[in-house]
Amino acid sequence: MADTLDLLWPVLVPIATAALTVCFWQNPKLQREIGLLGLAILFAVSLRLLWQVVEGGVIAKQFGSWPAPFGIGFVADPLSAALVAVSGLLALAVGVFALATIGERLERAGFHPLFHGLLAGVNGAFLTGDIFNLYVWFEVMLITSLGLLVVGRTKAQIDGAIRYAALNLFGTILFLIAVALLYGATGTLNMADLALLLPTMEATPGLVAAALLFLAAFGIKAGLFPVFFWLPASYHTTPFAVAAIFAGLLTKVGVYACFRVFTLLFTVEGEVFRQLLAVIAALTMVTGVLGAAVQWNIRRILSFHIISQIGYMLMGLAIFTQAALLGAAFYIVHHIIVKANLFLLAGAIQRASGTDNLKASGGLLRSHPWLAVLFLIPALSLAGLPPLSGFWAKYLVIEPALRDGFAWLAAVALAVGLLTLYSMGKIWLEAFWKAAPVQRRRPRRVPLAVTLPILLLGLVTMTIGLAADPFVRLANEAALVLVEPARYVAAVFPDLVPPPAMLAEPPAALPVEPASPQHLVQYGDVR
Amino acid sequence: MTIVYALAVAAYVGCGLYMMLSRHIVRLVLGLALLTNGAILLIFVAGRLGTTTPAVIERGSTVLAPDAANALPQALVLTAIVIGFALTAFAIALIVMAYRRFGTLDLGSINAAESMGVPRVATSPAALANDGRHHG
Repeated sequence: MADTLDLLWPVLVPIATAALTVCFWQNPKLQREIGLLGLAILFAVSLRLLWQVVEGGVIAKQFGSWPAPFGIGFVADPLSAALVAVSGLLALAVGVFALATIGERLERAGFHPLFHGLLAGVNGAFLTGDIFNLYVWFEVMLITSLGLLVVGRTKAQIDGAIRYAALNLFGTILFLIAVALLYGATGTLNMADLALLLPTMEATPGLVAAALLFLAAFGIKAGLFPVFFWLPASYHTTPFAVAAIFAGLLTKVGVYACFRVFTLLFTVEGEVFRQLLAVIAALTMVTGVLGAAVQWNIRRILSFHIISQIGYMLMGLAIFTQAALLGAAFYIVHHIIVKANLFLLAGAIQRASGTDNLKASGGLLRSHPWLAVLFLIPALSLAGLPPLSGFWAKYLVIEPALRDGFAWLAAVALAVGLLTLYSMGKIWLEAFWKAAPVQRRRPRRVPLAVTLPILLLGLVTMTIGLAADPFVRLANEAALVLVEPARYVAAVFPDLVPPPAMLAEPPAALPVEPASPQHLVQYGDVR
Repeated sequence: MTIVYALAVAAYVGCGLYMMLSRHIVRLVLGLALLTNGAILLIFVAGRLGTTTPAVIERGSTVLAPDAANALPQALVLTAIVIGFALTAFAIALIVMAYRRFGTLDLGSINAAESMGVPRVATSPAALANDGRHHG
């Protein structure tokens, strides 16, 4: 029983915090304290869940004592547990940052309940083991993120919210249609059950349509190439704390859903589908980074870079070897920390220079030298310079690309890394290096609540970079479950004797060097 | 019967997609609502049509009648209707807010978010001091 709750805490804690903060709507100070306490507890229970998954493997629990395919259940595998833990860390950092940057007006407009509601939606999406339940968590995320988007009620936010709502609502409807087609073909919604059933079925037009609709729906959520326009149209209008949590988590839930559906339910096997994913990944990387190159607003630059970085993660899915999935899992974790940190830094730069327009800012290296150091850590990490976390992340996805016949994709990824460095260099030159256009006698103060989370996330980036081994091991565990869904299925159906098709070779003993392509379990052939 | 439902779904989705192409925000939201309804009908058909016997266990019995309707699509449809309703309500509130602030419902003439990101060459120190605070 205790185990069921362990799986549920990462969702229950933010829901309870959101409910409590609603109860004290008129008292922003109390809301702030409850919120911080809730975030601290959330981080603790997320870490605990990660620890349990690392120790004991995949955990699955069915609610209401309904046996596996009939009820709704949660499943924590290494990938989802790691993402829940990183989300917990990020939420705590952004929560502290929000203390100094989210004013009382936004708090009275409902910032706290929406923020915690968003976290509940994100964690629910990471943990659920039921495809329809995943849809419900997507909607929880959507409605709370829409609320956060317009919380300040400025003209730009309303405009951004319309564009965000239109494409994202469309995406969730596509998701719903895909779920309906899948249910019509298989008669089940439990993801582990689907993993057992789908490999035995023929690729009917309905199933192929469902797979492509899943790709389209999650592509919209993740910000993939032709359908990312909602992202740079809305993210730069939000308060910095909101932009940071959006940048860190929302698109990554889409990426996670892509990984879950295209490893567990469908597999990336047909050459056409692989090439399609590879081309989408390349175009996502290139359009994102080129979009960023022409921008002068820091938040806009960073928004376009989110898109560019999503391409690297999709690259791992397109190559679809254990090594590539390892790299992608590592990349997601690295990216959540670094990207959110850059948005927090954008907030600090705005505080220090009074503007987020690069043309109008400057002189921060002289007035706030420590801020410059804090900026360099995530900026260089994003571009992939050693010894920071981004170097390992890029290395781990590009190396399998070279090994597995995707040399052109690796070349694109390296070129995009160079252009990323150009954008980061632009922010550095304009905001820090060049002389300030207007000299102030006393530099603007940047409060401790702003710098502390930036410092924390910067230290995490350094730690991942300098001591990458445990993180690579964890990513390897995650990739193992992704390529061998038998483990995931076994956790949901403990009494089931796996059919011969699902018996994979015994799990490799933590090799940090990538496994060979033959390691890929031939499993599931829906296309 | 299934073909009738299939045609209805096709009509809903077709009309919804067509209306989503409009620049008028109200039409856009109506299109989304139609699309949602198409998806909901599709879930209903996916559970197979056949019997009208309610999925309720008779008094005195412990199991469902063998010819009872599939209860799962009904539960899914109910969830989807509630969620669709909530999101449509939010979207309409957003439209009202947009109309009050912009005085128009034509998406083509609303560019507050876009202009916020466009760099402006500030000329005077006063303009520089204001930059980053007043947009749109």
